[in-house]
Amino acid sequence: MSADFLYGIEVIINGLMAGVLYALVALGFVLIFKASGIFNYAQGVMALFAALTLVGIMEGEVPFSHLINAVFGTEIHHFGWEVPALLAILLTLVVMIFFAWAVQHFVFRHLVGQEPIILFMATIGLAYFLEGVGDLMWGSDIKTLALGLPQGGSLWVEDITSGLGGDDFYGFFIDKLDMVATVVAIVLVTGLILFAQYTKQGRAMRAVADDHQAALSVGISLNFIWVLVWSLAGLVALVAGVMWGAKSGVQFSLSLIALKALPVLMLGGFTSIPGAIVGGLIIGVGEKLFEYMIGPMVGGATENWFAYVLALIFLVFRPQGLFGEKIIERV
Amino acid sequence: MKLKQLAAMALTATLAAGVASAELVIPDLSYRTGPYAAGGTPFSDGYQDYFNMLNARDGGIGGESIRIVECETGYNTEKGVECYEATKGEGALIYQPLSTGITYQLIPKATADGIPLHTMGYGRTSAANGEVFNWVFNYPANYWDAASVMVNYLLEENGGDLSGKKIALIYHNSAYGKEPIRTLEELSAMHGFEFTQLAVDHPGQEQKSQWLQIRRERPDYVLMWGWGVMNQVAVQEAANIGFPMENFIGNWWAGAEHDVTPAGAAANGYKSLNMNRIDANLPVFDDIRTLVHDAGNAAGDGSNMGSVLYTRGMYAAMLAAEAIAKAQEIHGVSAVTPAMVRDGMEALEITDARMEELGMARVGPAFSVSCQNHGGSGLGIVQQWDASAGNWVALTDYIAPDMSVIQPLVAEDSAAFAAEAGIEPGCL
Repeated sequence: MSADFLYGIEVIINGLMAGVLYALVALGFVLIFKASGIFNYAQGVMALFAALTLVGIMEGEVPFSHLINAVFGTEIHHFGWEVPALLAILLTLVVMIFFAWAVQHFVFRHLVGQEPIILFMATIGLAYFLEGVGDLMWGSDIKTLALGLPQGGSLWVEDITSGLGGDDFYGFFIDKLDMVATVVAIVLVTGLILFAQYTKQGRAMRAVADDHQAALSVGISLNFIWVLVWSLAGLVALVAGVMWGAKSGVQFSLSLIALKALPVLMLGGFTSIPGAIVGGLIIGVGEKLFEYMIGPMVGGATENWFAYVLALIFLVFRPQGLFGEKIIERV
Repeated sequence: MKLKQLAAMALTATLAAGVASAELVIPDLSYRTGPYAAGGTPFSDGYQDYFNMLNARDGGIGGESIRIVECETGYNTEKGVECYEATKGEGALIYQPLSTGITYQLIPKATADGIPLHTMGYGRTSAANGEVFNWVFNYPANYWDAASVMVNYLLEENGGDLSGKKIALIYHNSAYGKEPIRTLEELSAMHGFEFTQLAVDHPGQEQKSQWLQIRRERPDYVLMWGWGVMNQVAVQEAANIGFPMENFIGNWWAGAEHDVTPAGAAANGYKSLNMNRIDANLPVFDDIRTLVHDAGNAAGDGSNMGSVLYTRGMYAAMLAAEAIAKAQEIHGVSAVTPAMVRDGMEALEITDARMEELGMARVGPAFSVSCQNHGGSGLGIVQQWDASAGNWVALTDYIAPDMSVIQPLVAEDSAAFAAEAGIEPGCL
């Protein structure tokens, strides 16, 4: 097989892996939109905040230490202990659940019945607030995520595939971190589907997603379900923050990963978990293949805009996205 | 009522005329928040701590105290311009925008307002021609110098011959990232190396395609023009594909500690340029520690002292302070105006002896500024990251750029700007 053909396959494989990472971000948007009709602009910042909190807890940092030191003239930065990764993840989840409760209690409970654009604006405010709180709590420096996740290309894959082509083919490159992300994403999506299908809370969540009024009439607490949904979005944000943070360190640009989720949502629909996954994969493969085949002819850096072009093409033919609920207006 | 109006008008006229104030106002267009805060914070800490140290130790500069006016830009061009507009009326003497995007917007504004800009190692490269850019200074070095220093270093490594070598540039797809391309194309033609370019879109979180291409094409060297998250991801991706880190060289905005620490041991051997040598034991740090940090007046938490970008911020502040002192000397007054500071910048002469006297021996090279040359000497060093020790090690002394290549480019670009802006080149 020619090297060009094999490298094309390598690009597709890596596109699929990148798509999984995009889907991880998009999942959080879908969960909240499906249950409450809110497009959560803060999802990217939630990923950042979750990752910052995880590192802060693991390293035993004192939250708000800069503020405390400035007000009281103290010099405290660390508790003097380090927290094992698993416990730190659990504690971070507790923080994200508290955040979900606070969001519901202090913001959205007061906005029930408001127009979607008002709710969207509220999430913009929430994003900036959370970014500021994250900065105050943990500082703005770049943090290393020491979870021991594997990094680098898989030599095993490279070795067993290097014989497929000639001397100018060096075997397939597959990042071990991307492999881990794929496994984690599969586990996460399976867990979410099982939770939604087979637990009481999951069924209540689906009922709320289908019809708020009907769910209320059978005694389902909207408040509880929305806290639950925001908590699940917090869990997804933590996973996305960890996977992206492992590549670049945990830093404030993590909040921009939300930009990668938008074309995925346009393509997969705002209300479908499978849509987020398939949309992520299509965007990942599409943008990488375009960059590989057309990028060199037009100066490269095509991925950001091509993802949106691809999503727009799908949008023209299926405005609700590939897996979104069909919009039927009856007069 | 009339009296109040008259007083307000008089105050406005006074501010507009830039009459000498009783204190030296120096705005700090910082970015301590947002995606680029990790780079902006240490620079701002160093910039402010140095001025605060001068206030505490010397009572300011020439007997005039310094007042720092900090304004958060978030590395956002619109906010940067707002900061400029909001602070210039306070009697601002000199601006250090720390952003190429903000610099491009401020060049016409600062020129019209008569306030000097110092864009140290960034901004518009052809501003080195002071006859066109009377109010803009980019000493001690600029992007084109950096590109040439990199190639000169590689020439040195390869026995003076780069013919047949493949050199790739991975760059931030912005005005900043594209700056070295023209110079590298010229140098490629001159030295016979094959030059390829790989653009990375903002912010640079996703670079898989570019690094797969590097893996396929196997260049001998990869040069990088990155900033923010692009740097950390690039270093990690280079390590992922097994690219030899000693053949990967970033410019001086891709060579801070936080650019390499997230990749851990995998970043070992990565190289970058630096326009300012770092040394944790500089005597000036003792003064800053004692007079600023211990007195509770540090701009940050003190943890950045000695880092690459803290040292660069401090170096920038020192160059501003020296220019102000020069302006005071030239004009014989201590309360200088922005126009006088511009004169001081244009007459600036930094010697090794003066650097030592300031407690910053060898932090920057010796250079002088003139009307024709606002760009300084263009020298830079190559440093290498030692992951086990967790610090940068200087590999070279200051390397000179190839001015025979750069000068014609500066002349050509500045002439085009002058024609476009209707500027008659000349000295003030």
